[in-house]
Amino acid sequence: MSGKPKLYYFNGRGRMESIRWLLAAAGVEFEECFLETKDDLTKLQKDGSLMFQQVPMVEIDGMKMVQTRAIANYIATKYNLYGKDLKERALIDMYVEAIIDLNELLMIHIFQPADKKEQHLATIVDKATNRYFPVYEKVLKDHGQGFLVGNQFSRADVQLLETLLMAEECKPDILAKFPLLQSFKARISNIPTIKKFLQPGSQRKPPLQEKDVPKVMKIFH
Amino acid sequence: MSGKPRLTYLNGRGRMEPVRWLLAAAGVEFEEIFLETREQYEKLIKDGVLMFQQVPLVEIDGMKMVQTRAILSYIAGKYNLYGKDLKERALIDMYVEGITDLMQMILVFPFSPPEAKEKNIDSIKERATNRYFPVFEKVLKQHGQDFLVGNKFSWADVQLIEAILAVEEKIPAVLSGFPQLQAFKKRMSNMPTIKKFLQTGSPRKPPPDECYVETVLKVFKK
Repeated sequence: MSGKPKLYYFNGRGRMESIRWLLAAAGVEFEECFLETKDDLTKLQKDGSLMFQQVPMVEIDGMKMVQTRAIANYIATKYNLYGKDLKERALIDMYVEAIIDLNELLMIHIFQPADKKEQHLATIVDKATNRYFPVYEKVLKDHGQGFLVGNQFSRADVQLLETLLMAEECKPDILAKFPLLQSFKARISNIPTIKKFLQPGSQRKPPLQEKDVPKVMKIFH
Repeated sequence: MSGKPRLTYLNGRGRMEPVRWLLAAAGVEFEEIFLETREQYEKLIKDGVLMFQQVPLVEIDGMKMVQTRAILSYIAGKYNLYGKDLKERALIDMYVEGITDLMQMILVFPFSPPEAKEKNIDSIKERATNRYFPVFEKVLKQHGQDFLVGNKFSWADVQLIEAILAVEEKIPAVLSGFPQLQAFKKRMSNMPTIKKFLQTGSPRKPPPDECYVETVLKVFKK
C-alpha cells in the first residue's frame, strides 16, 4: 500500500475531476483505478466498498470516502485550502456551491439529446455570463487581491479555474467581457502545482467525446 | 435589528426546510420573510441581496448567505453540530450528502406530472429502503450509540430525522424493516429542541400542496 489517495471512477472527468484538481493543486500524488465495465462497478458494490453504491470513491487516510462534496471538503481542510476561519469557509462554500451548479450544467451537456444540445449550450452561456461570472469578476475587482478569499490560495480558486477552462471549451470567447477573470485564469494557471496539472501527461482528463458516451452509460445504467 | 438569523424563502419547505430544522435543533430562534409574488423576488434581485439571484437567503452574523449547503455548514460549524475533528466531519459530510440525495427526490416530487407520481413514490421507496436506510441502520447497530457520529448529537442526526419523517409522509410503513431507525426516530423526536419543532405552531412547514407548487411556479417562472 502506497499511502497515496486512490481514486475509483471511470476514465473521464465526470464527478471526479474536481477532486483530481484539488489533490493536484495541493501537490498530492494520487493513484487511480478506472471502472471500464458495469461488472467493475458491481464488484465494488458487492465488496461493500461504496457506502451508497456509488462512485466517486476515494481511499484516503484509512477511509473509503464517497460523495464528492464530502471528499472535497476533507481534502480542502487537510491541505489548508479552506480558509482560516468559519467566515472564510462560509465565503468559500458559497462560491464553490455556485461553481458546482455551473459545473453540473457543463457536465451534462454531452449527454443531451441532439435536438436539445443547442438550447442547452445557450443556457450554459446565459447562466455563466449573466449569473456566475459577474459575481467572481466583481469579487476580484472589489478587493483587488490575487485570490478569491482571504488573500490566500483556496479551493475556491482551484474550482473556479477548472470551471473557467471547461466553459471556454464550450465557447472559446466566453470570458471576453471579464478582464479580471482572464487575468485570474492566467495567474492561477501559473501556480506550479496547477501548471504541472495543466501539462500533457498529467492526470487531468480530457472532455468526454460523443463516441464514448455509450460506454459510460453502460457502466452506470 | 434583532440579531436573530433571518430566512428569506417561500412559505413552504423546499430548499429552506433543512435550514429551519438545523437552527431549531440548535435551539436558535429565527425570523422569516416569505416570498409570495414575483415582484418581491425581482426586487430582491434588483437590490443585489442574492449573490446568484437565488434563494434560500439567510442573513446571519452580518452575512447575506446563499447556497443551502454553505448555509447549513456554517450553522453546523457555529453551533458545534459538525463533529470534533476532521474525520468526524468527513463521516458527517458523507451521511448528510447521502441523505440530501434522497431528500432531493422528495423535493422534486410535487413538480412531477400526475402520471409519473406513482412511479416516483416507488423510486423513493426503493432508494430509501435499499440504498440509504440500510446504511444508517447498520451504523447505529454497529456502534450501539444514540447518535450517528462520535456519540454526540450532530447535523447528521438532524438531517436523518428530517428525512425519515419526510419519507414516512409518503410511505407510512417505510421503517418497518429498520428497528434501529425506529428507535432513533423516537429518540430524536424526544430531544427538547426537536420536540418543540415538531409541535404545532413551530416554524416547521407542512408538506407541499398544490398551492405551494403554484406559488413556486409563479414566483420563479422564467
